[in-house]
Amino acid sequence: MKQLYSFIKKEFYHILRDKTTILILLLMPIIQIILFGFALTTEVRNTNVAILIPANDVLANELAARIDASSYFNIVEQIHTKSDIQAVFRDARAKLVIVFENDFSKNLMQLGVSHIQLIADATDPNAATSFSFYASNIIQNYQHDLAHQAFIPGTITPEVKMLYNPQMKGAFNFVPGVLGMILILICAMMTSIAIVREKEMGTMEVLLVSPMKPLYTILSKIAPYFVLSCVNFTTIILLSVFVLKVPIAGSFASLVFVSLLYIFVALALGLLISTLTTTQVSAMLISGMGLMIPVMLLSGMIFPIENMPLPLQLLSTIVPARWYIAAVKSVMIQGLGFSSILREVLILSLMATVLVAVSMKKFKVRLE
Amino acid sequence: MYAIEANKVSKNYFSEKSGKFAGLGNPIVRNNTGSKSLSDDKAAGVSFEVHEGEIFGIIGPDGAGKTTLFRILTTLLLADSGNATVNGFDIVKDYRAIRKCIGYMPGRFSLYQDLTVEENLNFFATVFNTTVAENYDLIKDIYQQIEPFKKRRAGKLSGGMKQKLALSCALIHKPTVLFLDEPTTGVDPVSRKEFWGILKNLKKQGITILVSTPYMDEASLCDRIALIQNGNFLKIDTPPNIINQYEKKLWAVQSQNMSQLLKDLRNNAQTMNCFAFGDAHHIGISNSQYKENELRSYLEARNHKSIEIRIIAPSVEDCFMELSQK
Amino acid sequence: MENVIVAKNLTKRFGHFTAVDNISFEVKRGEIFGFLGANGAGKTTAMRMLCGLSKQTEGIATVAGYDIHRETEFVKKNIGYMSQKFSLYDDLKVWENIELFAGIYGMNDKAIRSNTDLLMQELNFENERNALVGSLPLGFKQKLAFSVAIFHKPQVVFLDEPTGGVDPITRRMFWEMIYKAAENGITVFVTTHYMDEAEYCHRVSIMVDGRIEALDSPANLKSKYQAANMDEVFQKLARKSQRTE
Repeated sequence: MKQLYSFIKKEFYHILRDKTTILILLLMPIIQIILFGFALTTEVRNTNVAILIPANDVLANELAARIDASSYFNIVEQIHTKSDIQAVFRDARAKLVIVFENDFSKNLMQLGVSHIQLIADATDPNAATSFSFYASNIIQNYQHDLAHQAFIPGTITPEVKMLYNPQMKGAFNFVPGVLGMILILICAMMTSIAIVREKEMGTMEVLLVSPMKPLYTILSKIAPYFVLSCVNFTTIILLSVFVLKVPIAGSFASLVFVSLLYIFVALALGLLISTLTTTQVSAMLISGMGLMIPVMLLSGMIFPIENMPLPLQLLSTIVPARWYIAAVKSVMIQGLGFSSILREVLILSLMATVLVAVSMKKFKVRLE
Repeated sequence: MYAIEANKVSKNYFSEKSGKFAGLGNPIVRNNTGSKSLSDDKAAGVSFEVHEGEIFGIIGPDGAGKTTLFRILTTLLLADSGNATVNGFDIVKDYRAIRKCIGYMPGRFSLYQDLTVEENLNFFATVFNTTVAENYDLIKDIYQQIEPFKKRRAGKLSGGMKQKLALSCALIHKPTVLFLDEPTTGVDPVSRKEFWGILKNLKKQGITILVSTPYMDEASLCDRIALIQNGNFLKIDTPPNIINQYEKKLWAVQSQNMSQLLKDLRNNAQTMNCFAFGDAHHIGISNSQYKENELRSYLEARNHKSIEIRIIAPSVEDCFMELSQK
Repeated sequence: MENVIVAKNLTKRFGHFTAVDNISFEVKRGEIFGFLGANGAGKTTAMRMLCGLSKQTEGIATVAGYDIHRETEFVKKNIGYMSQKFSLYDDLKVWENIELFAGIYGMNDKAIRSNTDLLMQELNFENERNALVGSLPLGFKQKLAFSVAIFHKPQVVFLDEPTGGVDPITRRMFWEMIYKAAENGITVFVTTHYMDEAEYCHRVSIMVDGRIEALDSPANLKSKYQAANMDEVFQKLARKSQRTE
């Protein structure tokens, strides 16, 4: 145990003394999240809104005024029939159309329920989700105020409808995407480089000649990057929840579980790469070309997998990030339970088992 | 029991780049039927024994196969053919047992450049399941010289100090056999001399040392040596025996114009070989009848002034050159 | 004879550390000048300054008549350089290496071609012309590297431990090439850890802790320090070192 402990300590020295690299590793997720998020938050401010509102409806007008008053929305136009909606979006006069039902006030007071349709232009899915979310919030607050101040108990049901991109492909994708990318980068690339560096420096020779167990060598190389990944995971989650206001809709435990599993897969991949290469440069190239590019292009992070040609779809099934990103989306964004990500978890577990088995078998007790 | 015993060990790499084999022993050639056969009897590879408590030197130029031999004996590489034992343990079967009892210092001093002197030493101690305090006696003399710099990163040490630290690290678990692969290459003569002093002391404590070097002048500091070139041993013996087996007469010749002297000596029909050796040229004469004053008059006839001719005993370097030309 | 290298009070400091401490010397045309010193004595730093790779803190020096700091480009045109670590590209052919380096020094194609033919004959290399340098034995490589370093007929050639690890015969043949170059008027500035090679130099300087502790012909140095060979001279001088890095 002492061996393992001092080996891990040494690995931390290596990492902490390479100030530039550690800084990049810690700042990268922050910068990526902020870059993606920045584009999102500016879009939401002063979004142009068109409304379809029944004439002389008191509560509907009150709610419309409240929406207009918020910093997120500007009501720029009143339309009169539903058929105008297409034109509003086509001419880019507004990004959101709010449709109040006829007899909005009456229904609310007499039936205790009334309906509002939020129709969003979802060509920019990130923005659409956000402003629909904000609009729904305003509506809910209004309903809450009505109940407490005017004693009108009733439910306003906002029905959100996304035009042009109804399934919201790509929405909020960047948070799971960044998670998928950062974790594979740190675990796989940095781990493989760390092991290969010992080969290059010639220190691996001495370690191999020592009674040190190969498993210890592997564990201690993995440990610091595991810690670093956890730090980055926490940073990304904190940033997305508190800065970008992307909520964790589902269970936090499921999210952590699937992330740990993914980290494990990535570490095993890094290990495998290190057994295949002898120089830091080639380790970096293999991780870069073999991992980063598939993660970006084939994981569904940027391009929806459904739209890919079949061969690429098949190819994407071996990219761990694809399954991880899908699982995170389900849990974090859609708020689905653990049972819904069972498939992803199983696939990732299978990948982990195979990768660990192969890399353990490949890890050599000799030089070649 | 021998500390090291190697029997017909060979290991060859085919280099795509050069289209040639390199390594130790001659390459094993596969014939058409696919079975292995040896290209000639030299292909048998290298065989030698090292006695306990001996300093055994492997002496030869770069690319002669020294490092390959070291890696095979330290269980880092598998040989193509042959077998060997270290402390009686088989290098293939009992590699774990060997790794526990040997110390190894690879050619490039393998230290962690970003760790301090102290951290390096402590790390290697724990890797070998021991502590610095436990075996401090053995490394005391060496380590004390670098102890004032124990907080310095290994990357910032001078060549001589790195060498001492690497040796301390290799000794930290009290190995019984020490493998030093070119410990003095690129190190200045003063540090080299000091280093050999240290090895003498280690020998006194009963440690067997296998050391390789490209510097021929270090041969005389070993108990026995093997001269190696192109993957094969030219000779194994004690340095005095190797010198005694030198077959020719050897003269050291000086004159005022040394570069002209070299040419004239080579043009002399009696000269077997002639090379510059520091301030004199060494010439090998195989004809035992040829006399010193005959050479002198030959040189005087070619306008050489202040000619000096001495009969000398050959050095290991003379022997190496002689053997490698055979 | 004229001086090809002149160094006057050359000093290089890194922070508080004086790597090269006020050294002055001259090297004549066609001279073989041995530049010795223990590891860390400041040899490499001094050599870097003379090659125009590093700026001196104090002092002046000229190489081939050009100021090492102000006329670096001219200095570089008139020197050749070879070290044990880097000399030629292993994955290029023999003639490609020659063409590359000759081209870098601005030789024209015709001169390159005719001189390459000449060189191949001299070295007895005609059959290896199209071989990859990586496939040549170490001794061949060293010889070729030296020939390439002086291919553009520089006034001075700097050799940084050119013979490390080479077998004894090749090492001597290498020195015979150095002699020939010197006879052709090329000044040779060489560092080595082989003390017998120090004897082959016309003059030798020994650096200790950044200063030139001794500078003379091997014969004079030996008689001055009452030593049988250069190794003893070196041991006597270098042991004075106080430096720890």
